[in-house]
Amino acid sequence: MVESLISLAALLAGVAFLFALVRFIKGPTAADRVVAFDVMTIVSISFIVFIALLGDRVIYLDVALVYALLSFLGVIVFARYLERGF
Amino acid sequence: MGQGMDIVGALLLLGGTFFLLLGGLGLLRMPDLYNRIQAGTKATTLGTLLSLLGVFLLRPEWGWKLLLIGVFLIFTNPLSSQVLARAAHRSGAHKSPATQVDRLAEDRAEP
Amino acid sequence: MSAEPTTASSVSGLRQFFVLVLTLMLFWLMLMGSLDGQVLLVGLIASSVIALLFRSGLTFFTEMRLNPMAIIAGFMYYGYFFKELVKANFTLAGVVLSPDLPINPGIVKVRTKLKSRMGRLMLANSITLTPGTLTVELDGEWIYVHWVLMESEDIEQATAKIVAGWEHYLEVIYG
Repeated sequence: MVESLISLAALLAGVAFLFALVRFIKGPTAADRVVAFDVMTIVSISFIVFIALLGDRVIYLDVALVYALLSFLGVIVFARYLERGF
Repeated sequence: MGQGMDIVGALLLLGGTFFLLLGGLGLLRMPDLYNRIQAGTKATTLGTLLSLLGVFLLRPEWGWKLLLIGVFLIFTNPLSSQVLARAAHRSGAHKSPATQVDRLAEDRAEP
Repeated sequence: MSAEPTTASSVSGLRQFFVLVLTLMLFWLMLMGSLDGQVLLVGLIASSVIALLFRSGLTFFTEMRLNPMAIIAGFMYYGYFFKELVKANFTLAGVVLSPDLPINPGIVKVRTKLKSRMGRLMLANSITLTPGTLTVELDGEWIYVHWVLMESEDIEQATAKIVAGWEHYLEVIYG
């Protein structure tokens, strides 16, 4: 029961990831792609946490934390770049 | 008790991914960058927090680390959206024609 | 004449240092998940070094007040925060799931009474997570907000709608 609910959740997260991927491909501007990328990263964080849960490996939570940190820094750096003008 | 807790946890987790899905859908359907950011941030923040809460009910011993991820997300998620929205506005991002008013552009225009 | 300000600032500098070390220690302990002697020692050394090196850059961590009223307001703030976050998501779900996408967006200007930087930052973050609003620019006491379902473009009315609920708590915590 619990395992199948988690699998279903992973499936929904996968669809969310695909939606963001479509926006990432369509753009149209670089900023739209960054928003899409940010959403993809956050969905991935949930994904990593689910994998930690199914594999019962707490160490993967550290991976999720570092992932969150990098995503944040990535968006900030991109925003700086955008403000300086293309 | 443990069994019931597990099911509540799994349901919360599923509810969280439902919001992630809504966020993705909003990202796809909204007409311009600002509305997309709105859909993206709010839905993914709540979605991830609910998922983390669900995992906490399934594995209470992971609580501190999950809380750390949650706190980090609550702070950084809105912040990165805001910084991106500001950068986009400063570099003159396209606004949907549905936009009623833009006080920021008005205030920028008159020094 | 210059003696008093110096003493006051060095006292608040010391307080700032300790609050910063404690905050960093808390993060460290949450990450490690243990209260082992070695873990505590390494955390204490690392936190102190970071606090010494980056004290001036990390002052926003220590701007909150630590009196009982502020702590109660802190808890109430988070209660309000989660309520608004859930409301924001249901509002958004309604918009995203309806076929004709009923949005009425606009960028409005609101004014805040908050003075501290961290208070204003927390307000901006909170606005971003409340129903249909996104902070676009902070300019002193003025905040420019993108509003998906705009109800009013008047400064006073928009301020009452968007800002007042948060300020009620943040005023007590940060001032």
